[in-house]
Amino acid sequence: MGNDRTTDVATNPAPRARADGTAGVPEQGTSLWGDALYRLRRNRLARFGLAFSILVTVVSFIGPYCTPYSYDATDLVYGAQSPSPEHWCGTDTLGRDVLTRILYGGRISLTVGFLATAVSLVIGVLYGAVSGYLGGKLDAVMMRAVDILYALPFTVFVILLTVAFGQDLRLLFLAIGAVSWLTMARIVRGQVLFVRRQEYVEAAVALGLGTPRIILRHVIPNVLGPVIVYATLTVPAVMLLEAALSFLGLGVQPPMSSWGVLIKEGAEKMDIYPWLLIWPAAVFSLTLFSLNFLGDGLRDALDPQGARD
Amino acid sequence: MLLDVDNLRTYFHSRHGTVRAVDGVSFSLGAGETLGVVGESGCGKSVMCMSLLGLIPQPPGRIESGRARFGGVDLLACSASELRAVRGCRISMVFQDPMTSLNPYLRVSTQVVEPLLYHKGLSQPAALEQAIAALDAVGIPDAARRIHAYPYEFSGGMRQRVMIAMALVTRPEILIADEPTTALDVTVQAQILERVRTMQRELGTAMILVTHDLGVVAGVCDRILVMYAGRIVESGTVRAVFGTPAHPYTAALQKSIPALHRKGDPLYTIGGQPPDLRREIAGCAFAERCEFAVECCQRPVELRPLTAEHWTACTRRLAGDITLPGAGTTSR
Ligand SMILES: Nc1ncnc2c1ncn2[C@@H]1O[C@H](COP(=O)(O)OP(=O)(O)OP(=O)(O)O)[C@@H](O)[C@H]1O
Ligand SMILES: [Mg+2]
Repeated sequence: MGNDRTTDVATNPAPRARADGTAGVPEQGTSLWGDALYRLRRNRLARFGLAFSILVTVVSFIGPYCTPYSYDATDLVYGAQSPSPEHWCGTDTLGRDVLTRILYGGRISLTVGFLATAVSLVIGVLYGAVSGYLGGKLDAVMMRAVDILYALPFTVFVILLTVAFGQDLRLLFLAIGAVSWLTMARIVRGQVLFVRRQEYVEAAVALGLGTPRIILRHVIPNVLGPVIVYATLTVPAVMLLEAALSFLGLGVQPPMSSWGVLIKEGAEKMDIYPWLLIWPAAVFSLTLFSLNFLGDGLRDALDPQGARD
Repeated sequence: MLLDVDNLRTYFHSRHGTVRAVDGVSFSLGAGETLGVVGESGCGKSVMCMSLLGLIPQPPGRIESGRARFGGVDLLACSASELRAVRGCRISMVFQDPMTSLNPYLRVSTQVVEPLLYHKGLSQPAALEQAIAALDAVGIPDAARRIHAYPYEFSGGMRQRVMIAMALVTRPEILIADEPTTALDVTVQAQILERVRTMQRELGTAMILVTHDLGVVAGVCDRILVMYAGRIVESGTVRAVFGTPAHPYTAALQKSIPALHRKGDPLYTIGGQPPDLRREIAGCAFAERCEFAVECCQRPVELRPLTAEHWTACTRRLAGDITLPGAGTTSR
């Protein structure tokens, strides 16, 4: 695609005539999203982050079906073996294939990460948008509720839940989901406070549109930039949280695996069987890095300042 | 009468006192008529317009009193849903700043069809067709293609045309235009006003046009309201008000039009400041800046007819004590 902007309607020069060749400009009207995507694609680290995140996700979800071992199949005869052509990443003390366990663990870690982020997106964005847009007393009450949840010490909260309801993976999801939307709600509310003062929102009110429609069509799209960035950064944060809980023995329970569990097990034997720690830790760190690179890249790409120069 | 506003008062209550932004305004608007509203910055023109559509932020704002009868409903007392059905459908509003009145994340098409989908229940293709016709009518070339662009691809003048198209696309009975061309250059301003006039005639829409430009009022409006400190000080046909101003404030406003000055003469400015709207003013609000003010101007004043189509709030003019120089009807 060419870089001549035939879609310019302005009678005066376009506000952003770009000197650099703009690949991928759609025929009609480059959206701000299109621009952001373009800037994202030029960011090498972000591109790497995106590619690696997708790769890890796909491999984690498909991989366990392709390896010849089961995540909990023990082989007590051989015990821990160092990496070999049969077991690419070695086996643990119970003779379980480490690669299979990493893939399987990735499935759980990533699910926790994405699910909690989805929860934080839906609840956090709606909650924050309603609170910020309607303002007044409702806003004050809603935000105090967030403050109270914020003040709960998270680990204690999880321990209490575990004591009350016993060990359950669903509980872990619930606990993480319950806290992950709080920051999102605050971020969105802050943005909405700004957006609702904008004239186009006032114009939408003057058009007679109802409040839900204004929030969904005019307010939320205008706060999505920070939301996407924060969501991308929530995934690794939640995965780290899950790992920490599993490391403390409060999260995923053996024989199931998650990256946190694997790192915990690996750390216990790292002086004798270093591969038990190295492989899961490497995959986990790389994934966290990737997601953070992607988040940072998105932040730069969606920066309204960047969008206007 | 299409719209009948009676004794509208809109106050803003803050910690520092009560701002009487609109303080007892009454006027009426006939079908198809164009009413100009002029007055210094901060005299309550915008607040008056917003009050009619219930767009005043509450708090701090409050409509203290008044009625605005429009087709059997009182706009100031009706329910939120009744008001929503009027806004953007039977009464539309165009704001001052075209650069910020369009949502930057939505295509122009999405925004222009919105009132049609929402109020008229049209299907998307039918709405799009009408939207394109509306853009065409306000003078956007190649509307069928450009409607799919994003707002930033339009210049200020084009955006204001879009806003006007959006406001008129539902064929409203009243268009409220709050300084629609202030942010634009003079030639674009003239083009746009001309388009609005044409469309107004076609659709039979009445218009309330807020502006600082007395020349625009003279060229476009049928009747005029002169506002000062939240009150109407003079109203009447353009010919009457401009030909023989009946309030010292109107006369002073006219005198301060630069174009009417001889070259080299110092520009005329009205001495003093508009009054602080937080202070309760018993008499004529303009008295402290008025060269004709006497003691009786401190007593309450009200808008009274001089002739059937010319009203003033100046007690001395009503009593025939003073005569004011008329600048003659300015025309463009
Ligand atoms: N939200 C608000 N809170 C407090 N005071 C307000 C608010 N909005 C308007 N006012 C006050 O109301 C008065 C009238 O303002 P308004 O915007 O109607 O003036 P205007 O005649 O439209 O001026 P301009 O020609 O500059 O647009 C001003 O003194 C302003 O300070
Ligand atoms: Mg104004």
